[in-house]
Amino acid sequence: MEKHFEQHISRQFNQELEMLRQDVMAMGGMAEEMVREALTALVEGDTARAQQVIDMDDEVNQMEKDIDAQCNMILARRQPTASDLRLVLAIIKTVNDLERVGDEAERIAKIAVRLADTDRPRGNYHELETMGVTVRSMLHDALDGFVRLVPEVAMALVREDEKVDSEYEGLLRQYYTYLVEDPRSTRRVIDCIWIARSLERIGDHAKNIGEYIIYLVEGKDLRHSPRDEMERTLMQDGDEDGDSKG
Amino acid sequence: MSAGLANPRGRKRLNLRSEDISMRVNDLNLYYGQVQALKSITMEIPRKRVTAFIGPSGCGKSTLLRCFNRMNDLVDICRIEGEIKIDDQDIYAPSVDVPELRRKVGMVFQKPNPFPKSIYENIAYGLRLQGVKNRRKLDEVVESSLRRAALWDEVKDRLDDNAFGLSGGQQQRLVIARAIAIEPEVILLDEPCSALDPISTAKVEELIIDLKESYTIVIVTHNMQQAARVSDFTAYMYLGELIEYDDTAELFTNPSRKATEDYITGRYG
Repeated sequence: MEKHFEQHISRQFNQELEMLRQDVMAMGGMAEEMVREALTALVEGDTARAQQVIDMDDEVNQMEKDIDAQCNMILARRQPTASDLRLVLAIIKTVNDLERVGDEAERIAKIAVRLADTDRPRGNYHELETMGVTVRSMLHDALDGFVRLVPEVAMALVREDEKVDSEYEGLLRQYYTYLVEDPRSTRRVIDCIWIARSLERIGDHAKNIGEYIIYLVEGKDLRHSPRDEMERTLMQDGDEDGDSKG
Repeated sequence: MSAGLANPRGRKRLNLRSEDISMRVNDLNLYYGQVQALKSITMEIPRKRVTAFIGPSGCGKSTLLRCFNRMNDLVDICRIEGEIKIDDQDIYAPSVDVPELRRKVGMVFQKPNPFPKSIYENIAYGLRLQGVKNRRKLDEVVESSLRRAALWDEVKDRLDDNAFGLSGGQQQRLVIARAIAIEPEVILLDEPCSALDPISTAKVEELIIDLKESYTIVIVTHNMQQAARVSDFTAYMYLGELIEYDDTAELFTNPSRKATEDYITGRYG
């Protein structure tokens, strides 16, 4: 399956697609690292580390532009069809989401700089750290599913995203209580809400990437579809694959 | 999923209402001597739409195209089983008047083949054969055919010039004008642009899209982007078999057979 994109008669085209895929992975890896580093910077009050994350965002932005340019070139020169076309389209959309992940991480890093001088709260942002671990692993799974062309990953991401959403709701309630209990913490709590919001958005981006994998592999656009429709589609295709093995 | 990004059930039937069907091919087998060139082809060609046949050389697409106006009759060793119906009439029935069939089903070839006559006479020729002598009627048809073939403005001042003086692209449009002058129902195009430059190709493609308002069009092309651009439906053939036949947009974005996918994406299957 992973070899599918290496079977063109044109070796040059194989190489172009392979490079594109590697670049997307590198970009995804960097976005993932930014999320991890931004949260570490927050927890450790490490402004230098936060600044590194802020600098990395420029790189991620540049990667988005470079990958888009490569996709442009392939569309113009190769006129890809079928799965090749879907791969290029899915990549164009994926890098857009990855770039947004970078922006969210940058936002967290900027807040980390701001909060570095303030008192550590009870629990030292443990709740945000936990949420960060979840969304980072979502992002990781999305990218892994993208490389290995496993559409089932999308389903797991939808479920994870629902969990993240409810975790986010829970955090908001918790933060509202802090606001009422201790108005002096207002500034910090609002910053925490921003961070939770950013993490929740990162979960959405990972889920989006999962939907692009379905489009890439199955040729079906299941964005904005209810979860059970996604389940049905993936189940059906599983059945058809069974037949094809014969 | 390991086999590729496509499932094994290739779609071959379009969901057409019977009044939208121009031609039906039913279990067609064609042999050149001992060699079977078409294998049990069953398909429906929609009326007033563009249907493209694609596939590697030797897949049978031109052979199938030539069946629609019985051009294969000219090949001695060719034997045909099965049926092709145009408007419910079997074109291989003994009672069929073949010249009349070819009037109804016009054909344009890869290399433009104007007659060594004037531009005017090229178009008027078919009508003269039918016994039309009225000059005004001939003038009318010559003009309207050249207009529909998007050639009128380029040749109206030199209708009496020899057709060989036209460029390749103009000659091809002239041949298409000649085909439509006798009011066919179906126009078969066999690689109509393979000898043309990109500008002429674009003009012929534009013409094909205009013509489908009035005619059923079937085109054989090696240029897949051309099939993707001009056709409504595409049939992929391989080794004499119809592998997949579907809406063009679907076939080029999400083909259901791996063999189709491999061909249109340039993979070795």
